[in-house]
Amino acid sequence: MQSNRTLELGTGLFVLLGFVALFFLATQLPSSGLKLSSEKRGFHVSADFDNIGDLKVGSPVTMAGVSVGEVAAIRLDPKTYQAVVGLRIYPKYNEIPDDSFASIQTQGLLGGKYIGLSPGGSETFLKEGSHIDQTQSAIVLESLINKLFASFANKAGGGDSQSQAQPQSQSPSPSAPAADPKKPEPKK
Amino acid sequence: MSNGRHHDILLQGARKFGSTALFLVQLLIQCVPAFGRPRLIVYQVYNTGARSLIIIMLAGLFVGMVLALQGFNLLQRFGSEESLGSAAAIGMLKELGPVVTALLFAGRAGTALTSEIGLMRATDQLVAMEIMAVNPLRYVAAPRFIGGLIAMPLLAAIFSVIGLYGAQLVGVQFLGVDQGAFWSQMQSAVSWHDVNQGFVKSLVFGLACSLIAVNEGYHAEPTAAGVGLATTRTVVASSVLTLLLDYVLTAAFL
Repeated sequence: MQSNRTLELGTGLFVLLGFVALFFLATQLPSSGLKLSSEKRGFHVSADFDNIGDLKVGSPVTMAGVSVGEVAAIRLDPKTYQAVVGLRIYPKYNEIPDDSFASIQTQGLLGGKYIGLSPGGSETFLKEGSHIDQTQSAIVLESLINKLFASFANKAGGGDSQSQAQPQSQSPSPSAPAADPKKPEPKK
Repeated sequence: MSNGRHHDILLQGARKFGSTALFLVQLLIQCVPAFGRPRLIVYQVYNTGARSLIIIMLAGLFVGMVLALQGFNLLQRFGSEESLGSAAAIGMLKELGPVVTALLFAGRAGTALTSEIGLMRATDQLVAMEIMAVNPLRYVAAPRFIGGLIAMPLLAAIFSVIGLYGAQLVGVQFLGVDQGAFWSQMQSAVSWHDVNQGFVKSLVFGLACSLIAVNEGYHAEPTAAGVGLATTRTVVASSVLTLLLDYVLTAAFL
């Protein structure tokens, strides 16, 4: 009888603990998990971007650093070749001006992408189905670096810059081509 | 001569694989009626799961702590210590949780299953059951197999959660990573898919380890040396198969 109770108690506690752990992992960890709160509700607006970088479904939408929604869908417009991003804004933020400005920004230097909203001056607000017209695409670090190298090569090489810039910017050790064009500059 | 021996080993390996697969089919058929005796299964969940809890929790705590220590050291070079939470969570959920739990499970519960069933075989208890028209597959093998199958994902989940708190203990309390950043980075990095991947892995490992343990015990040579050999084979085969399946599953999930 005694051992029977230990058995039942032990098994019960173990299974309970296991399910609590599973529940914790499933609901608390993923940002897109089955949250208990009602944050899944909200209204949808859309915005077109030329380049979204590595923005993903579930990335936060913030205004002044406060999370006001999340990215609900991402697809490509087959006509304009732009990325159409669907945003879900939480229902309590229903007074965002409809001429607000959406830009894709990066959390820290190496962090993930998120969408930042800056308020416009309109008297009418974003609502279900609205479209954000003013957008700024993601800044892709690699293309910035490429441009930087191209401009360096332009200054150093003069005429045949395009043919030089391409192989240099793709070379495996970026420090070498970066150092070379820099050195002659102070001499001039 | 050596060619012939190689041939022999290959043939034996294939035979072993086939007999294990056949055993799995027989076992699965007996699993359905085995649910008619839920007490036997509950006892096995207690035996393989609840009694492995201490070692799983202790191992999870220290694996999480060492993960935070190593991760912090590496991430510090890039000035992104805040990513420690996401690094620890991904590593724990997808790899370390299921794999280390399976290895510990094979050592703690698998050996116990094999030696128990092997000793039943050696002392003719299984034969006695058959004589009494009691199917030993249904009353001995199937409950142990189901018990292991139920216990393993739960153990892996507990391992992961304890490990995350171990990582938090070292990362936040000892090394001074910001608590809010630790959890929010973790939440933004971990997706539902990652949790699912860890769960499926632990389920597959649980199936493999339980099957090997029960199979080795059931087909152990009915001598003292035979039971010992079967127990050794359980640990070796379970560990190797766990790591091999881990690679295959990871490749399949990516």
